[in-house]
Amino acid sequence: MPETDRRPASNLQPLSLHIPEPRYRPGDTPDFGDIVVPAVDATPRPGEATKPDAMRDLCYGLVRVLDFDGQAKGQWDPKLSPERLRTMLRYMMLVRAFDDRMFRAQRQGKTSFYMKCTGEEATSVASTMALDRGDMCFPSYRQQGILIARDYPLIQMMNQIYSNRGDHLLGRQLPIMYSAPEHGFFSVSGNLATQYPQAVGWAMASASKGDSRIATVWCGEGSSAEGDFHSALTFATVYNAPVIFNVVNNQWAISSFSGFAGGERTTFAARAVGYGIAGLRVDGNDPLAVYAATQWAADRARTNSGPTLIEHFTYRSEGHSTSDDPSAYRPADEASAWPFGDPIVRLRQHLETLGEWDGERHEAQRAELEDLVKTTQKQSEKLGILGHGMHQPFETMFQDVFEDMPWHLKEQCAQMLAEQEAKFGPDWKPE
Amino acid sequence: MMSADTMTATKTMNMIEAINSAMDVMLERDSNVVVMGEDVGFFGGVFRATAGLQKKHGKTRVFDTPINECGIIGVAVGMGAYGLRPVPEIQFADYIYPGLDQLVSEAARLRYRSAADFICPMTVRTPFGGGIFGGQTHSQSPESIMTHICGVKTVIPSNPYDAKGLLIAAIEDNDPVVFLEPKRIYNGPFSGYYDRPVEPWSKHAASAVPEGHYRIELGKAATVREGEALTVLAYGTMVHVVKTIVEELKVDAEIIDLRTLLPLDIDAIEASVKKTGRCLVIHEATRTSGFGAELAALVQERCFYHLEAPVERVTGFDTPYPHSLEWAYFPGPVRIATALTKILKD
Repeated sequence: MPETDRRPASNLQPLSLHIPEPRYRPGDTPDFGDIVVPAVDATPRPGEATKPDAMRDLCYGLVRVLDFDGQAKGQWDPKLSPERLRTMLRYMMLVRAFDDRMFRAQRQGKTSFYMKCTGEEATSVASTMALDRGDMCFPSYRQQGILIARDYPLIQMMNQIYSNRGDHLLGRQLPIMYSAPEHGFFSVSGNLATQYPQAVGWAMASASKGDSRIATVWCGEGSSAEGDFHSALTFATVYNAPVIFNVVNNQWAISSFSGFAGGERTTFAARAVGYGIAGLRVDGNDPLAVYAATQWAADRARTNSGPTLIEHFTYRSEGHSTSDDPSAYRPADEASAWPFGDPIVRLRQHLETLGEWDGERHEAQRAELEDLVKTTQKQSEKLGILGHGMHQPFETMFQDVFEDMPWHLKEQCAQMLAEQEAKFGPDWKPE
Repeated sequence: MMSADTMTATKTMNMIEAINSAMDVMLERDSNVVVMGEDVGFFGGVFRATAGLQKKHGKTRVFDTPINECGIIGVAVGMGAYGLRPVPEIQFADYIYPGLDQLVSEAARLRYRSAADFICPMTVRTPFGGGIFGGQTHSQSPESIMTHICGVKTVIPSNPYDAKGLLIAAIEDNDPVVFLEPKRIYNGPFSGYYDRPVEPWSKHAASAVPEGHYRIELGKAATVREGEALTVLAYGTMVHVVKTIVEELKVDAEIIDLRTLLPLDIDAIEASVKKTGRCLVIHEATRTSGFGAELAALVQERCFYHLEAPVERVTGFDTPYPHSLEWAYFPGPVRIATALTKILKD
């Protein structure tokens, strides 16, 4: 009898294999009433040098600043000026306007791929605003908010998305895999969580040189299952690296819910406990909580007090990318049932509560940003869109494999240029 | 053989000492060079390649790492992005696989994918090959896995002088280099006869190593022995093994030590094969899809009308490297002699 058909010994309970299953599938009515939402001022703010084992509760609680009426409360309130809050709102609104426009551009066939961060804007915008300008960000693929919060030119983002003549990455990378060293933004890989140990290496280098800059890195809860994540946390704790780990727990990894990364058993912030790293679990839809947690972690890193893991508890309101349809695997209205609301709505409400913002200004700003994105898009499209002509000289395919091109690549390049001439004639130029 | 800047005092070194000296020189010259890996710090490495370097250059320049090859290579990529020039050691080439994604998808592609916004000037040192009773997890030769990655250079020295000059050139290179060290010949060249006494490097001319800085350009082969009867393409340990056998059999072979597998010195290969008309490629690694297949293909593409016999391959077998039957696996004197007879018979 094959081993797979073995029956259990008669008096023992048969083992059973657990396959995680999300609570709600298409057609179900989502109810998140059982998610524990601690009171907004319930979470104490420890000193930045607190030993990780003295602040474990923060891995299981939730750092909050804004209540659901738009009031900032508690020890974590970063007490930002109205001007700074308006800047934050503007950046988040710009990210959303940019996302909407680029998503549509993909649907119009102008590029191959796009990824929105709708509902998660705070996790990159507010986080970046709490860093110093020289700090190095190692993003995953959904942190366009970093570039926007650092005033990276929108047209360069669009040129990259279109792989057009203006794309400084020469059309080599899938859309949204930006690279912006002058803006402290590391080249996006596309392989998941590989940036995690790299950020630790950058932070170790900064520390070994006596620099004052820190590194910060993002991944999703799904890719926290990658070995690289655990390699990074091991190195970070061993060398006390000045690095901030962000896990954006948006509940979904394409169609797999957070249970497939271990989310049924514990929080993602609690990954920090086993490594002896400070962990914070934060309402990721509360821009002020994200700001405050990042500021805390940055101060900790900058004073050689160690790394921090921040779980941003949020929700991915839209599909993973333009390539999937979330209504095939989760209820269509799940986002609206999410108990933490929308980060833009919440910050707007807060500013309005302070008397520093109103509906008219909000609508005017939205129109202005939409117009800015639209105008920029037109400029970018003048430099070409994907699939409508080839925008780069063919030989750029062979450049930058190495600093100097070895003979075998020169030979292959010559072969390709001969193919180009055979296909397009001797006078072909990039379009 | 030595260029003008190598006219410094020489010292007799074995391969370990030469590799140690290369790192010592580079740690001294460039404050961005860091050396790291499992057991490389205080202890100086399981093969002693980093002995004394931590004491001399400090703990933040030469340090131990967790047993985590993904982390070692991934962290080195980040250090390179910062501006350092990391020299990570992977304790055995057999252990490089957990770090392979960081090597293949990250280190090798960073310059390309970022259009040179970021580069990865990293040199991964790792001992490889058998002949020390290492069993199937301490004997592998993964060079063709490395040469199959676009964006990584693969270097394999065969003697102390080359090891130092090549390692310095690798560390100074602005692209990732995998520096595979044939561990069987760390302490002396190997004849291929496991039952004969080991000859120390001190009896070999290439053990005279300049104490200071010198480079051997990557991508340049060396002619170890000139000859007319056939060309042997070899690297690492097999350079010495095949030299012993052809000299014993009085075969007038021309032996080319490739030294760098990628970029390959195609001109040296072509010139030699066109002269001799016969070509034997030899490596210790498994046969199928081994680097010998690439060499054989290149030779027939470029030298077909000069060939008087089919290109022959002498390799390890397509099995894991066995422990007790190590010398039955190793491409030693009998396998080489058989191939020589075959290739020279017409």
